Amino acid sequence: MSTDLPELGVDVPILKQGAYLIATVQSALSDADLLGLREAIMASIGRHRSRGVIIDVTALDVMDSFATDLLCEIAQMTRLRGAKTVIVGIQPDVAYAMAHMGLTLEGIVAALDLEEGLALLDQGANGRKS
Amino acid sequence: MRETIINGGACVQIDGDRAIVSARQQGRALALGLGFSAGGATLVATAISELARNILLYAGEGEIVLKPVERTGNEGLVIVARDRGPGIQDIPRAMEDGYSTSGRLGLGLPGVKRLMDEFEVVSATGNGTQIRAVKWRRP
Repeated sequence: MSTDLPELGVDVPILKQGAYLIATVQSALSDADLLGLREAIMASIGRHRSRGVIIDVTALDVMDSFATDLLCEIAQMTRLRGAKTVIVGIQPDVAYAMAHMGLTLEGIVAALDLEEGLALLDQGANGRKS
Repeated sequence: MRETIINGGACVQIDGDRAIVSARQQGRALALGLGFSAGGATLVATAISELARNILLYAGEGEIVLKPVERTGNEGLVIVARDRGPGIQDIPRAMEDGYSTSGRLGLGLPGVKRLMDEFEVVSATGNGTQIRAVKWRRP
């Protein structure tokens, strides 16, 4: 595994594992941090010729409309670059709030945790597409 | 019946996107302190995040006031979001799903209303916006 980390306000390490990238959110993120994460993922896909991206949001305190929009945007952008994105680790309370708000991760593949996410990418990420 | 204000609470100046995170974290801590479930506290934190971002997006700056209250043996958290921005011209329309004047996806206000138990918008064009929302520990 190697780390490449463009400038971010908050640390979101992006690890390369074979053909995949794993971005692990470590704490609550501001809007600027989320935008930085998008740039960092897009740059890393090009640099490492990655085929899949996992964004682990286990540590994210809240998924509001901005975070949801941005994750959908990342998934669409990575798709256009030939890589698939799987969001893993949405916490039950966060999912509860998202469902209340009516936020859906349109077109995004979600998985329970990192292990499930990697399995989905190995299968070609054709799994639980919403 | 009006509620009684309990001690504690916070007033968070919203002047940048880090302040959004700070406001929602303080709101979550207050809700948990009032005995809210983790799920309930996350609903509160999510609502605060949306309201604080609206302030930043539409008014540039403002404040989020968080007030623990009590009414007939039930605890609640009042969220007041206020700014001196342009105000909302058409409140009924702003409450429609998918309506936005910022170019982003709408969902802001109707989403917040769904998260909270009580929700009211006070806005006069040119006089800023004040939104008051309450979440009760037991709905």
